[in-house]
Amino acid sequence: MAWQWFHRLGSPKWFYEKTTAWMPWLLSISLLIIISVSIWALGFAPMDAKQGNSYRIMYLHVPTSIVAMAAYYVMAIAGGIGIIWKMKLSNMVMKVAAPIGAVLTALALFTGAVWGKPTWGTYWVWDARITSVLILLFLYLGVIALQEAFSDQEMADKASAILSLVGTVNIPIIYKSVDWWFTLHQPASIKMTSSSIASEMLYPLLAMIIGFYLFFTWALLSATRSEILQREIKTKWVKQALLQKA
Amino acid sequence: MSSNSRYSNPGPSSPRVAKAFWATLKRDLKIAIRHRGELANPLIFFLLVITMVPLGVSPSPKTLALLAPGMLWVVALLATLLSLDALFRSDFDDGTLEQLLLSPQSSYINVMAKVFVHWLTTGVPLTLVAPLLGVMMSLPEAGYIPLLLSLLLGTGSLSLIGAIGAALTVSLRKGGLLLSLIVMPLYVPVLIFGASGVRAAIEGFAYNTQLAVLGSFLALAIIAAPLAIAGALKMSVNN
Repeated sequence: MAWQWFHRLGSPKWFYEKTTAWMPWLLSISLLIIISVSIWALGFAPMDAKQGNSYRIMYLHVPTSIVAMAAYYVMAIAGGIGIIWKMKLSNMVMKVAAPIGAVLTALALFTGAVWGKPTWGTYWVWDARITSVLILLFLYLGVIALQEAFSDQEMADKASAILSLVGTVNIPIIYKSVDWWFTLHQPASIKMTSSSIASEMLYPLLAMIIGFYLFFTWALLSATRSEILQREIKTKWVKQALLQKA
Repeated sequence: MSSNSRYSNPGPSSPRVAKAFWATLKRDLKIAIRHRGELANPLIFFLLVITMVPLGVSPSPKTLALLAPGMLWVVALLATLLSLDALFRSDFDDGTLEQLLLSPQSSYINVMAKVFVHWLTTGVPLTLVAPLLGVMMSLPEAGYIPLLLSLLLGTGSLSLIGAIGAALTVSLRKGGLLLSLIVMPLYVPVLIFGASGVRAAIEGFAYNTQLAVLGSFLALAIIAAPLAIAGALKMSVNN
């Protein structure tokens, strides 16, 4: 009984029908949080003593970075489930998680560069964290390219699942290596002032992270839903669902 | 694999495993030696790219010495990368790969033997040629032994990790560029520790940490990579 929900996930139809009701809620709640917290963070949170107003891009930068990282694990775990239990749905989740994660990673790099200019005086620094995130972007691009290269969907799913699992084993190694490389080559001239963060600044940040997680969930689910419709287009229930909408 | 036991009785497993390993090893080595010209290609590539560096950057020994450890490592990595596309290609085309995967021996062993031959025919020659190119790059004297040792350990990992990419893309007609794209991010740790070991030795520091880490990467790759390679090959062959 306890595993019933897991077995049900094997049916894309069940998943599609179940999530239909969630979608508007997820979207509206996440947008509400992101917009209201943006007003809070941009207008009412105190100014940073050293960085002035430029620190406020943190409210975009930190959530995108965190969710970009989490998206990789969502992708890899979904790929692993797809390989082990041959679950159609999890292969779809893996496929759609890659572009979403790549966009988030690119956003994290872009906001980081924009933040870097006023605080460090340059858009790009070969800092350990920046380098690791750049490599994360490459890992995403590899999975997307592999997914695109196969004309057979089943092969594409298996190949990108294997690659994302290999990447998961490698991510901690890459992060630690890059950290070690950075401490070896450059003195700690650039230190983020994040050792302690005032609670007036922290609360909007935490709220923003929650908002981004919800938005990511919405994006992932809606992409998965359209993937379901695409792959199951020949089944009766998809035709009925589409007719109902029209 | 219950279906296999119907057709063959492997008996005591350890001698059969060693035999399978040797059979694959000997076959692949023989093929490699018969295509002698192809063996030299990665080395010529290595030499050519290293020649481009003084032409493109500066021929001054001081600048070259600064670039040497990193440059030698990066180009050795690229040479390995370019040789990977051919690793499973011909076996895939003529059906040998399918037979290998169907054989009662675990595909781990067969894959291991194939990758070992790849290392013998690219990693080892690249390592042996590197000191010569080190002279052309005015590598300081203290750097030669660490360069040899780090390349010897590191190219093993490069072959194993790269074979995962080769196995994933073997069924694609135009897999070459894609292969580089998916494998290169995974090469980052090996490059970092390999090149920094050489640099540490030049600057007069101990470099055994870097060698130990490269050794542990190799150990991990030996344990885990053949599983991923075998899985990827099965995927490529089955469809």
